[in-house]
Amino acid sequence: MTNTEQQSFPGQIHELPSGGIVLSKLDDIINWARSNSLWPLTFATSCCGIEYMSVAGAKYDFSRFGFEVARASPRQADVIIIAGTIVNKMAPVLKRLYDQMGDPKYVIAMGACAISGGPFFYNTYSVVKGADHVIPVDVYVAGCPPRPEALLHALISLQEKIKSGLTREQIKTAKV
Amino acid sequence: MTLTNEFIQQKLEGKFADQVSNFILHYDILTFETPVENNLKVLTFLHDDAELGFTYLNDLTAVHYPDRIGEELAVVYMLQNIKTSTRIRLKVFTPIIKPDVFTASNLFLTANWLEREAYDFFGVNFVGHPNLIRIMNVDEMDYFPLRKEYPLEEQTRIDKDDDMFGR
Repeated sequence: MTNTEQQSFPGQIHELPSGGIVLSKLDDIINWARSNSLWPLTFATSCCGIEYMSVAGAKYDFSRFGFEVARASPRQADVIIIAGTIVNKMAPVLKRLYDQMGDPKYVIAMGACAISGGPFFYNTYSVVKGADHVIPVDVYVAGCPPRPEALLHALISLQEKIKSGLTREQIKTAKV
Repeated sequence: MTLTNEFIQQKLEGKFADQVSNFILHYDILTFETPVENNLKVLTFLHDDAELGFTYLNDLTAVHYPDRIGEELAVVYMLQNIKTSTRIRLKVFTPIIKPDVFTASNLFLTANWLEREAYDFFGVNFVGHPNLIRIMNVDEMDYFPLRKEYPLEEQTRIDKDDDMFGR
């Protein structure tokens, strides 16, 4: 399924004379519900944060996809968008925020700094070379900073990832 | 009496004689030096004198001059007279093996933060500072990153052609 297609409710409609019955799997419905109401944590450490704010604003408006409830507390957030450089001093804070988020939780690494250290990859005394050294990342967005459209694409990609199957924790604890 | 650079210089030389030196106009700001042990006397005079009235510490930072043997580290005070918006710059030099400078944090509250920063990045030991610990970098760091003791760039890289960076 591509981003341009209409994402339908999972399952089939079983037609009956008096109307239809939806037949579906509970897991699929849970994933569908989860993916359409992801609450992001208000977290931005540098210029990517400006693009993030732009996406939250009226022009790009990520509330169209269910991301509008930005939370100031990690306890209420589902997804953390690492918008900016992570320095050594910030790394334990990021880890702590991630640990405080309730399951299921998702991580988007936004921009070159969060992916690899970006422009600070060489000759640095303070920058973590990729946020995935600290916490696991679900979706990476390239750019310095990425365009708002790129972040929207990443958010939609995350939704598709959630709809397509199990969470990281479910895979880890799944009985084969 | 307007607060001209000449007036400030006369006033300082009248008070400290040859203990203040190297008056130059650097980027339109009067800059001068004093021996490191005199820094508090000069700062207090600039702060307390009714005609000078440099009551605001704009900025405090350090500079590393690796070529000035015996006085490698400079501490720079940027002072401002709030009423006339006059700014001056005071520099003191200290050897890098024993970079002791008296703290100005009792005179300017701003200096508390700024001296911690200068300590963090350059290792200037501000004698008498109430809480001289790292402020920006991680506590575990065991070096002073902005000293000019490290190669400027990764020496093995060949893709950073100087021509492309205007050097």
